[in-house]
Amino acid sequence: MSSTAYDYVDGNAAAGELSRIFATDVTAAEGQCAHCGAIKRFAEAHLYMQGPGIVARCAVCENVLLRLAKVRQRVSLDMRGITYLKLDTSQSLESSG
Amino acid sequence: MWRVGTVVAFHDETATARTITLEVPDWPGHIAGQHVDVRLTASDGYSAVRSYSIASAPNSEGRVELTVERLPNGEVSPYLTQEVAVSDRLELRGPIGGWFVWRTQQTEPIQLVAGGSGIVPLMAMIRSRISAGGTAPLRLLYSVREPGAIFYRAELQALSNKDNPVTVTYAYTRATPKDWPRPPGRIDAALIANATWPSNVGPTCYVCGPTSFVETAAGFLAGLGNSPDKIRTERFGPTGDRK
Amino acid sequence: MGITSRGFSGRRSATDVKLPPGQYLTTDFPVLSAGPTPHVPLDRWEFTINEGTDVLRRWDWKSFRDLPTEKFTADLHCVTRWSKLGTSWEGVSLDTMFADVKTDAPYALVHSYGDYTTNLPLDDLMNKQAWIAFRFDDEDLPPEHGGPARLLVPHLYLWKSAKWVRGITLMHEDEPGFWESLGYHNYGDPWREQRYSGDE
Repeated sequence: MSSTAYDYVDGNAAAGELSRIFATDVTAAEGQCAHCGAIKRFAEAHLYMQGPGIVARCAVCENVLLRLAKVRQRVSLDMRGITYLKLDTSQSLESSG
Repeated sequence: MWRVGTVVAFHDETATARTITLEVPDWPGHIAGQHVDVRLTASDGYSAVRSYSIASAPNSEGRVELTVERLPNGEVSPYLTQEVAVSDRLELRGPIGGWFVWRTQQTEPIQLVAGGSGIVPLMAMIRSRISAGGTAPLRLLYSVREPGAIFYRAELQALSNKDNPVTVTYAYTRATPKDWPRPPGRIDAALIANATWPSNVGPTCYVCGPTSFVETAAGFLAGLGNSPDKIRTERFGPTGDRK
Repeated sequence: MGITSRGFSGRRSATDVKLPPGQYLTTDFPVLSAGPTPHVPLDRWEFTINEGTDVLRRWDWKSFRDLPTEKFTADLHCVTRWSKLGTSWEGVSLDTMFADVKTDAPYALVHSYGDYTTNLPLDDLMNKQAWIAFRFDDEDLPPEHGGPARLLVPHLYLWKSAKWVRGITLMHEDEPGFWESLGYHNYGDPWREQRYSGDE
């Protein structure tokens, strides 16, 4: 019972908000969905960003990968839906040679 | 962290799209394909944030060009494409993104596929390739509604001479130029097969535009034998706006 | 840093109507979502009231639409700060749906098609405060706004008005739903500006 309405963006769109938490670019990070096991770059996740928070869903099974809400001075992050994220710390966040 | 950019120039690309040139004093530099978040704040504190791809090639002058398309129900794009004036200041966060980027060290063939305003980050890649030199050959498939919707028209026209490393193919979805061989319509598998690098040359593909366009085009590229990890995508949402 | 953008006011309307604190008036109807729009064929739609594993009541679309309905007007207040006033709906009152339900469970967890949930005290669904709405502005409720049917609880922030509603589970202990478990307020009264947990 899911939609083909293409009403999502992708992991690139959340990178600005996630840069407040992660010192390393997260769009290039490889991650595994805890629900279906699919391994994909975070840039490929389906992002729903219009509501009270950010919801990233697996592009394969649409289960929630992570949720982020800005609660006053705090950022609340739930990453239960991701088994792991592999981040490349050799690339700094702001440009590279 | 938010930086302040000052508008030093702007010009219209089309009837609905404008390129804004910003000077950002402490700009750390960027890679082609990255974007910025732009924040506007009203006098009562109400603020809105939107993401825009950087159109300019990496440079060391602290200059950032953004090309913004005005959306019919937009909240920020009407302001940026119609109200903004030279010496106005905009808050920027970025540069953002490490996956949908083209680095000058890359030498493999590059396939760019743009849907509408999705051309913006891909133009940054073209400009980066031209200014940095190198050997990577580029192909661009650029799908637009009609000829008046083409961004960077003159610059892309100049790239069509033989000695250039960039080959441009246009596809029109609503109205074509006179005597155009292909009737107006959305991209299909045949067009992708004809206009893009054969998968056996191992291109890295970058697809950008509205979400439905990206899903369709990426699907065709995968169907032609390009492996999914060589197809990089950036989706702008249902109407082309990122948020 | 916080600079002001000359001449920018955003998509807001000037108003002298009293709004809950921190809200802005809008005349459009933003579509906000935590996931893909479910498409629920009416011949498969159902709504249940459960307690534990017991199904206390169940309706399919036909039996749901046989229930008496009400037309009502509501002001909508979204925690993302937009408010839309005087919206017109048609729906079935939760008082009607709970008419034959006997329970001493104080809490409700509302479930949507998809994985969205939201929690609220059962008392806040009763006494003419909530409806299962299926028509908006004299038309069938469109999918992007929660159709075929959504919960509407206008006295709380709009995230409590679950779209694509499919049932209510009655509970003896409160359980936070989708946004509540991430730091949004457990109750959500817009007039006391209860946006986040910890807000009085």
